[in-house]
Amino acid sequence: MSAEFPIVTQHAGEIEPGHSLWQDAWHRLRQNKLAVIGGVFVAILSLICLLAIVIAPGSYAKTNLALGATAPSSAHWLGTDILGRDMLSRILFGGCISLSVGLAATLVSVIIGVLYGAISGYLGGRVDVILMRIVDIIYSLPFVIFVILILVVFGKHIVLLFMAIGAVSWLDMARIVRGQVMSLKRQEFVEAAVALGLRKRQIILRHMIPNVLGIVAIYATLIVPSVMLLEAFLSFLGLGVQAPMSSWGTLINDGRKTMEEYPWLLIYPSLFFSLTLFSLNFLGDGLRDALDVRASKD
Amino acid sequence: MLRFIFKRILEAIPVLLIVATVTFFLLHRMPGGPFDTEKATTPEIKKQIEAYYGLDKPVTQQYFDYMKRLVLHGDLGPSQKYFGWSVNELLAGSLPVSMELGLEGLCFALFFGLTAGVIASLRKNTFGDYIPMSFATLGICIPSFVTGPLLIIVFGILLGWFNTSGWFFPRDRVLPAMTLGLYYMAYISRLTRGGMLEILNQDFIRTARAKGASEWRVVWRHSLRGGLLSVVSFLGPAISGIVTGSLVVETIFDIPGAARFFIGAAFNRDGPMLMGTTLVYAVLVVVMNLLADIVQVWMNPRLRFDS
Repeated sequence: MSAEFPIVTQHAGEIEPGHSLWQDAWHRLRQNKLAVIGGVFVAILSLICLLAIVIAPGSYAKTNLALGATAPSSAHWLGTDILGRDMLSRILFGGCISLSVGLAATLVSVIIGVLYGAISGYLGGRVDVILMRIVDIIYSLPFVIFVILILVVFGKHIVLLFMAIGAVSWLDMARIVRGQVMSLKRQEFVEAAVALGLRKRQIILRHMIPNVLGIVAIYATLIVPSVMLLEAFLSFLGLGVQAPMSSWGTLINDGRKTMEEYPWLLIYPSLFFSLTLFSLNFLGDGLRDALDVRASKD
Repeated sequence: MLRFIFKRILEAIPVLLIVATVTFFLLHRMPGGPFDTEKATTPEIKKQIEAYYGLDKPVTQQYFDYMKRLVLHGDLGPSQKYFGWSVNELLAGSLPVSMELGLEGLCFALFFGLTAGVIASLRKNTFGDYIPMSFATLGICIPSFVTGPLLIIVFGILLGWFNTSGWFFPRDRVLPAMTLGLYYMAYISRLTRGGMLEILNQDFIRTARAKGASEWRVVWRHSLRGGLLSVVSFLGPAISGIVTGSLVVETIFDIPGAARFFIGAAFNRDGPMLMGTTLVYAVLVVVMNLLADIVQVWMNPRLRFDS
């Protein structure tokens, strides 16, 4: 082996072992306390919600009409709703839906949105015109009509909820990434890459996308609250979670109707929602710092 | 640049045509109609109503009639929900209100969002960063149906500075604009912080600082242009949403805006209104994205108008 690769063996002792972008990023992310706290919090909360069937104190569906809406007590930590259902259980089960909706939208926007935007911005010209006008069209078409037609044709199914949310969650990301890439592609390192004979695909994947990941991380966490609320709207239309199942969005919407009489029905779901968003934002900012390829290594 | 704008206006034509056509035919696949009420109408009356709106003709005939009136006269047809009103009249009366509110909310969001984002980026990972950013995050976390009443209680009732609802005096704009703007403020501030941080550690900023440029000059002259790229990309579509109104804000503050038409058209099965609002929205999307692209080039000398 060594005879075949003399140069490699010769310098092996001197060369510092290489770090990939991801290794560097992971290392930097771990140093950021708030980001770690945010990440751990979201992870634990997701785990609790996933295990809701086992650890939730009650059922999300079991009603107790004699009990009705009660304030938090030792029997029901977060109180009960108008039908006497345990709020903590409803919030934990609802978290499953809301968190997975958020995750799905994030994945779609990061995968489709980033690729779409990077291709459109880097190639420019006619491709850019067509891709961006398609985005304009999707923005403009009346979403509610589509949702109602989906319901009519395919019926109610939770998968359709994810598809509807996925269909619109990548648009903003595509526009943002496109703007960044258009500015990046005029920089010298891209000229160097072109001069070295790299193909367009390689430049987009290796030089454009890694350089926009910072903004992508921020927008990916910003999209979560908007899709969680979109889910509540879709559920209201009939596409999404149906009673007695719950989600944070529908719990907040229901809580709003009785916020003067039974404030805890609004406060506790909102609290879970807000804590998750805060954690995600700190995680997003930490990810941005970690993925900043231009930042000095410290 | 004029060539660029002209080209984009030409490109807008197929976009609007596709949106109008797809929406029109989708609308005709929708179950139910605006005249389906719980009380059964006699077939004769239903027939008369349908004849009045031209719904008895074949769909393609209706489509061409509609497009002809739209293109030749800018006529969006009669509303099928608000009898006796045309869609043009309803939107002309309400859209300016929503647009004014939206622009005021946007100004609020831009001013505070940009300030918070810039301050946070200069004090990265200190309390000067966490405090404005947490405040901004609250803007997303607390829904407007909570912030609206809260602002009314504090500034309208306890302090008595503003009216609790209505849309008559200039100061009536303050509370609704704040309620509407808080949500967008959060987006703007976080995108600003991220974009600024990306710029602030580049070499030319170090050069500017080494030359002894004041912090203010570093931000204002050197960083903002590049740092706000993503904010501008985001604002293109966001403005289209913000100026067509927020149903929650308009309901809480009793504002005669257009949100009820934009949201209600689909639920009321009001076909002409839905077509009208969709087309208005599409025009806004096209125009705002064009504006966003122009501002981006103006802000960033590295960009050129691709043509």
